[in-house]
Amino acid sequence: MLLYDSRYRGITIQVFVLFLVLSAIFWLANNAVTNLAALGKPLRFDFLGDTASYDINQRLIDYKSTDSHGRAVLVGLLNTLLVAFLGCITATILGVAGGVLRLSNNWLVSRIITVYVEIFRNVPVLLWIFVCMFSLTAIAPQPRDFRGDDATASMLLNDSVAVTNRGIYIPEPLFSRPLGDINLGIFNVSIELLVLLAVLFGGIMAARWNNARAERIQVDTGERPTTVWVNIAFIVVPALLVLIALGFYIGKPELKGFNFKGGINMSAPLIGLWLGLTLYTTTYIIEAVRSGIMAVNKGQTEAAFALGIRPGRTMRLVVLPQAMRVIIPQLISQYLNLTKNSSLAIAIGYMDLVSTLGGVTLNQTGREMEAILMLMAIYLTISLLISGTMNWYNNRVKLVER
Amino acid sequence: MSDISFVRKDMLPQLPPPSSSIGFVGWLRSNLFSSIGNSVLTVATAGFLYMLLSSILPWIVYGIWDADSLAQCREIFAERYSDGREYACWAVISDRWDQIIFGYSFGNLNEGLYWRPILGLILILVALSPLLYPSLPRSMYIATVATLFLYPWLIWGGSIWGPLTIALCIVSAVYIFRFASRFMITALAMPLAVVAGFVLLGMAFSPVSQALNSVAPIELQPVPSREISGFVLSITIGIVAIVASLPIAVLLALGRQSDLFIVNKLSTGFIEIIRGVPLITLIFVATVLMKYFLPSSFNLDPVIAVMVLVTLFTAAYIAEVIRGGLAALPKGQYEGADSLGLNYWQAQRLIILPQALKISIPGIVSNFISVFKDTTLVSIVALNDPLGISAGIRSDSDWNGIVWELYGFIAFVFFIFCFSMSRYSMYLERKLQTGHH
Repeated sequence: MLLYDSRYRGITIQVFVLFLVLSAIFWLANNAVTNLAALGKPLRFDFLGDTASYDINQRLIDYKSTDSHGRAVLVGLLNTLLVAFLGCITATILGVAGGVLRLSNNWLVSRIITVYVEIFRNVPVLLWIFVCMFSLTAIAPQPRDFRGDDATASMLLNDSVAVTNRGIYIPEPLFSRPLGDINLGIFNVSIELLVLLAVLFGGIMAARWNNARAERIQVDTGERPTTVWVNIAFIVVPALLVLIALGFYIGKPELKGFNFKGGINMSAPLIGLWLGLTLYTTTYIIEAVRSGIMAVNKGQTEAAFALGIRPGRTMRLVVLPQAMRVIIPQLISQYLNLTKNSSLAIAIGYMDLVSTLGGVTLNQTGREMEAILMLMAIYLTISLLISGTMNWYNNRVKLVER
Repeated sequence: MSDISFVRKDMLPQLPPPSSSIGFVGWLRSNLFSSIGNSVLTVATAGFLYMLLSSILPWIVYGIWDADSLAQCREIFAERYSDGREYACWAVISDRWDQIIFGYSFGNLNEGLYWRPILGLILILVALSPLLYPSLPRSMYIATVATLFLYPWLIWGGSIWGPLTIALCIVSAVYIFRFASRFMITALAMPLAVVAGFVLLGMAFSPVSQALNSVAPIELQPVPSREISGFVLSITIGIVAIVASLPIAVLLALGRQSDLFIVNKLSTGFIEIIRGVPLITLIFVATVLMKYFLPSSFNLDPVIAVMVLVTLFTAAYIAEVIRGGLAALPKGQYEGADSLGLNYWQAQRLIILPQALKISIPGIVSNFISVFKDTTLVSIVALNDPLGISAGIRSDSDWNGIVWELYGFIAFVFFIFCFSMSRYSMYLERKLQTGHH
């Protein structure tokens, strides 16, 4: 009998389970096809080519309301990636600083960090996003407050940054002798940026060559030539020369009419979402950093001191590499969480992937099935990419420090 | 010069430590001003704290609790403080706290339906007590099982015989399983019992519950799921998700640890897909797509649909926690079970799972905290969780323009719940650690 013979039992059970799962999937899919056909909405993705006819005020690439839904979705995806990227960077910086400060022997500082962590991680992130958004729109001055001789508000940092309730305006890099753009079909890339990146990359490669040379000399003669100044020169000087050659200058935002013109506009929803996600995720990164540092055996520090290694180097060469093994997996999962939490953008009107594809596009075209399946597929891809990249890095760190 | 002029023969008495290193001053020196950098940090932090508190505390403390509308609040402030300063208008909380906590569904205080969610919450606490304090007698688990059926009855109302009939079907399924497993292996007996349970439910549910209800009509005023709102909705979604997801999560975790290739890949795929997408997309699936996936005759309740999807979401996360617990068990436990001649399910039930689940409890509690916080997402699909209710209150002309007081109150309630649960989970973690090593 297939069930009582232990050689076949595993296979029988698996076939049975597979049959159950497949029939459940078939049943659901069949229902969906029948219901959609009854509504006259067969599963097709051609709506992505239709005219979107809605505006997106915060965008990284050119977009007009006459563009297609597909392009609107792309704008949304880039906005999701933008806020996730910004959030990950600020949360990491604040989290590492906070984690170290929480372990500091300064009673007041470590207590305050603890209180911050407890308050922010025990309240829903959506609430924090609302709070950050409303702080900006309610407390920050209106653009018209900046106008006139008796202006109630003033710009920060030598008239270059304006914090208003419509968003934050920051200066943008401009070139008086621009090289133009390359059209990549989907979006344009400015040649200046490419040149600058190429020059920077060349500089870094030269610096690495310089380090390798210093290594060789050290092996041969026992003395290592100082590399830091040459390296800085390799990286900074060519980049500066390119900037001067292109006529680099900073374009400040200026008040014209009812609003600021020029500069880069970071809209209020972007700032609110960024701030909210950062403040929330920082608490988890603080905990990760703290647990990582505490997981390193105290004997390691003591042994390093016994060898005469100074405290700063002990932290850098002995404690942190071992702490990283604990910190990095937690950091990865926090980056993933932040990216997924950025989908809450729809609650405050930041036009990310969910607000475009799962919001306006869905409502305009009525293609729920296609839109939501696409949405899930895109997020799944992003998640898998992040966790894949980070796991690869994690494995490398693991191998290096053994 | 060889003669030594002085050698001390007896010990000096011990001196007390210098006054600068003991007492309050000593504490200050070692904890706040141990170095120049530390002193700067302390002063800067204290200054920042002072600025923060001096701007927030008066706003909270001088707020007024007794007014009918925001306009009246402002009048009182104008009357009381000539400099035009405004403080919190807590009157909105004293006016509407019951809506935020209990939602729209249980009427207002006078109609007296509040005892239902309150009793539900107390029942949950009683039900959790054997888990929280393992020293309590095991018979307390009866309360846990009873709560599984009483809590939904208290929230949704209707006849008590509905939940009881379901309980009856489950009990008979368990007995069918026990009976059947005498004659056949577990892998066969379990699906049989499950199928039998469902068949029993399908056939007997309405006749039996109606018959019992006509004999002893014990009914509560029914509450449509759409109207469950406020913190009651958050707590209900959270509780349902955790309780319903536990069995699914155990199966998924066992599946992911299993040697059976197809079972392993199916469980892994399900867990990774669910964990790879944001909860909001799953909530969209619940509110928008579920109606397509089910037969068109099926009338799906949006709140139930959200609960189902949140349950699946939670199950994937808890499965990972339980997998961690399974992996943390020493190999000797598995080998011990094998050497006793137990089969797979006996080993899991009697030896592996009790230990694995015990070490997973802190992880499960922290998952419950995050699910409870994530229930605020349902406000995006227009269900009335506390945030949705706050939007409703703000659209009332009396309280139009009030923001911070409502968010502050909601944040405070969430904080109380989540903070106490996280403290409990930390306590448990410490206790379990000493129990194991």
